[in-house]
Amino acid sequence: MLESCADPKSLEGLAWTLCYLTTGKQVLFYWSFLTVLTLMAVTAPIALAFGFGGALATRAQFAPLRWFGKGYTSMVRGVPDIVFFLFVPVALDQGLEYLRHKVLCPDWTEPVRQGSDFVVCAAAKLPLSSSPQSVHELYGFVLAVVAFSVVFGAFAANVLAGAMHAVPHAQLETAEAYGMSRRQVSRRILIPQMWVYALPGLSNLWMILIKATPLLFLLGVSDIVYWARELGARKSQIYEYPHPDWRLWYFLALLMFYLTMTKVSEVVLRRVTSRLTRGQATMAGEAMRKAGG
Amino acid sequence: MKKLVMMTAALALSAGFASAQTVVRMGTEGAYPPYNFINDKGEVDGYERELGDKMCELAGLTCEWVTTDWDSIIPNLLSGNYDTIIAGMSITAERGEVVDFTQNYIPPAASSYMGMTADANIKGRISAQIGTIQADYVAESGATLLEFATLDDTVAAVKNGEADAVFADKDALMPFVTESGGEFVWAGEEVQLGGGVGMALRKTDTELRAKFDAAITTLKADGTINALITKWFGDQAVLY
Repeated sequence: MLESCADPKSLEGLAWTLCYLTTGKQVLFYWSFLTVLTLMAVTAPIALAFGFGGALATRAQFAPLRWFGKGYTSMVRGVPDIVFFLFVPVALDQGLEYLRHKVLCPDWTEPVRQGSDFVVCAAAKLPLSSSPQSVHELYGFVLAVVAFSVVFGAFAANVLAGAMHAVPHAQLETAEAYGMSRRQVSRRILIPQMWVYALPGLSNLWMILIKATPLLFLLGVSDIVYWARELGARKSQIYEYPHPDWRLWYFLALLMFYLTMTKVSEVVLRRVTSRLTRGQATMAGEAMRKAGG
Repeated sequence: MKKLVMMTAALALSAGFASAQTVVRMGTEGAYPPYNFINDKGEVDGYERELGDKMCELAGLTCEWVTTDWDSIIPNLLSGNYDTIIAGMSITAERGEVVDFTQNYIPPAASSYMGMTADANIKGRISAQIGTIQADYVAESGATLLEFATLDDTVAAVKNGEADAVFADKDALMPFVTESGGEFVWAGEEVQLGGGVGMALRKTDTELRAKFDAAITTLKADGTINALITKWFGDQAVLY
């Protein structure tokens, strides 16, 4: 904080604006952008891994694994996202606390559920009440990543399963004719080729993920939408920097952020697509070959 | 998934065991000035922050402040995310079925209608914050209830014409009336609702509740609470 900001009510114009934009609360708003970007960066690969596992499971020869894969994708895809965002973190949190309670406090005789209260011993709390707020926030963030990954993983699984089906069957048969095992066919022919078919679907999912991040607030993580609402709301004289309702300006800033994210993603995805198309037996790949690419 | 769960558990384990002293996590909304709000430093501030810190000092507790959505403030208490609710919550029999309240630390105070004109139709479309006693009152008064997540949203609804008036704690609406330069005015009659504002705790936390109850008794007796009420709510506020 700048020293000249000690008495904000006496400031005017540019000095006021500068001081306003560097208050502790504003800085929290700036950090929340990093939270959102981190969430996307962490969730995307994990969800993709979930999806990959799910897609392989739906194609598995071992029946129970196949049922699990099909059950996972159809269940998550069929239930509204928001229900999962509310359910997964609560279930995970209470499940973990219950397990820790059983292990750490075996002498505890009272029931865990008493009326509407969920009571575990102090040592089983997750995170412990005594741990600093940052740990609580990190824990909430991790739960959010898991919830997002479960939901987006199911959609990714379906996209990847479809992509696996789309790889020309003749190629897989040829590979088998060359004497490759099922696993070798998967690894050498199927998986390298499926990405180009999966990309349109996956890029859709990525775009939806970008726009789904405000759901973070449901999970108790203060994201950019929360701070924009909070900071933009009319501030009375009780605050050091009173101002009228500025939510319009804050939301305009968010609009710019989301549009920039979308634009950058489009550019990157276009490059990845052309890279993956090279040498593929698809129309786009054929066009590239003819053009001498 | 499994790995993640393990990682989470390991993280929580390693972070926790170092200190085992009792920390009480105080849950509040942070969007209801002057009761509680997030100040420009990004910290919880307001009447309840100051009172809460005094109570914790008196009871020898280490307190940590947490903010949460008003909408989910009771469920989050019940599932153990924090240990108390100190968020301008009026004591009502309905809430008393789920949580236990301490004695009140703000005497029963008036709720008021605020509109753009003094003759705003208080039987028309009235905005109120979801899950408040004011929302229940509006629903029963025969007016059309428009519910919003925060106090700011209820006031914004009046300003943009969606609602004829907003119904909320008079003390919370006061800054809007005094600072709007005549744009917002009181409408209709004041209404007395609820049994004052108290702290809410889980029904199983009787020991902690007794501690806070004792602290409130002491602070009422030595005049601290009255002084704080005057500081945050002004001279005309109801005192003990």
